[in-house]
Amino acid sequence: MSEAASMAKILVVTSGKGGVGKTTSTAALGAALAQAGQKVAVIDFDVGLRNLDLVMGAERRVVFDFINVVQGVAKLSQALIRDKRLETLWLLPASQTRDKDALTEEGVASIINELRGQFDWVICDSPAGIERGATLAMRFADTAVIVTNPEVSSVRDSDRIIGLLDSKTEKAEKGQRVDKHILITRYDAQRAARGEMLNIEDVLEILSTPLLGIIPESEEVLRASNLGSPVTINNATSAPARAYLDAARRLKGDDVPMSIPNDRKGLLDKLFGRRAA
Amino acid sequence: MTNAIAVRPQGAMRLHGRSLMAFVLTPTTPITDWLTEIDKRRRTSPAFFIGRPIILDLAAVSLNESQIGELITELAERGIRVMALEGTEDDRLGPSLPPVLKRGRSTGSEALGSSSDKGAARTPRRQEPSSLLIENPVRSGQSIIFPNGDITVLGSVASGAEVVAGGSIHIYGTLRGRAMAGSMGNPRARIFCSKNEAELVSIDGYYRTAEEMDASLRSRPAQCWLENRVLAIAPLD
Repeated sequence: MSEAASMAKILVVTSGKGGVGKTTSTAALGAALAQAGQKVAVIDFDVGLRNLDLVMGAERRVVFDFINVVQGVAKLSQALIRDKRLETLWLLPASQTRDKDALTEEGVASIINELRGQFDWVICDSPAGIERGATLAMRFADTAVIVTNPEVSSVRDSDRIIGLLDSKTEKAEKGQRVDKHILITRYDAQRAARGEMLNIEDVLEILSTPLLGIIPESEEVLRASNLGSPVTINNATSAPARAYLDAARRLKGDDVPMSIPNDRKGLLDKLFGRRAA
Repeated sequence: MTNAIAVRPQGAMRLHGRSLMAFVLTPTTPITDWLTEIDKRRRTSPAFFIGRPIILDLAAVSLNESQIGELITELAERGIRVMALEGTEDDRLGPSLPPVLKRGRSTGSEALGSSSDKGAARTPRRQEPSSLLIENPVRSGQSIIFPNGDITVLGSVASGAEVVAGGSIHIYGTLRGRAMAGSMGNPRARIFCSKNEAELVSIDGYYRTAEEMDASLRSRPAQCWLENRVLAIAPLD
């Protein structure tokens, strides 16, 4: 965490709607980038309802948090928690005992600026909603990943968030553009085939924003969360992990053809109810 | 959802505002010399006063009611019809005289053409821009309001977004939100979109919600206009 290699890209993972997979996606993309050798800090902006520490499996090592650093109680280096599995992955946890009023724009700006010189990627896990926590999480972003489920309420909320990314961010106010990508999560190919879900083309047409990846609905995601391990670390060959790894490569600028990975179960697995883990 | 739109009750009288350019004549004393001057100008540009709204500014002369009447008759004989008076203290003039105007604003002067009628065709005031071009999609929660004229949107208008224009609205993407045309009281305004998925369309205060639209009008290019105070929607393909 010493030598400043280059200026970090500030990435916000946001959605408007809750429960679509922001925190899961933050952990998975952060781990995937770190697995590719990038130096990554993930920040939990959900002050008062923090989850990223659990999903990252770091909840028992939290001493200082974001708000402590903002208020000068702790130094940034004291609050950052290094991942046990990946050397280049760090977490800045949110405070659980405070609320979002404890976040100030100046405080967020100073932390982001400090992280910018030390990492390749700073990933901000936005809280749901469009209030203070969410607007501060996106405030200094260079790039945004908008997590969307293929259903109408999630898509409309994503559209609202894209409008905010185009108007309320520092880049937008300077007349520049935040790079925006849609990440479709909880995609169920069978339900989509039966017409029970919005299809990908409809989602992209409504949002008129490029696609970063499609994460299939999978038990692997829940299992990884419960184990406190990003899905790309927990089971790197599972369908959602492969989808996140591809998405992370696209974020880095690699040209990866778009596909929807699926878990193929062998006949024996089906017969015995076993899973190829 | 319906309370956002002001709807005029059926059968109620509708009053509309109108603003126009009128020309002001300012007589000076002696009146006979001034009328001679008018005659001279009329000979060089005979069509200048025809069909033009004329306001008579009496600030430079002091005339009583019957004298004003005589002056108006003199002008009428020359083909100049006075629509209103200005610059006179007495606003209790008889009903036979034109009404007295107050708070009129000057918009510059136009020279009476001395050699030709060219001046008659000139517009003395610079035109305000009458259209607004939006190149990006209009996102949910955004509101685009342009009372001065038409709005053209190159992208789509999202569900939960609204576009409000004094004139017509043209949407080259899909209309999923609300479009309100003729918002300043223009029944001739229209709404065009290349795909109609609108939540609500309205023209001059008359509106229709998605529920009141026939399914056959959805998911295709459509236009909306006002016909006998009923909002009509028809496919464009």
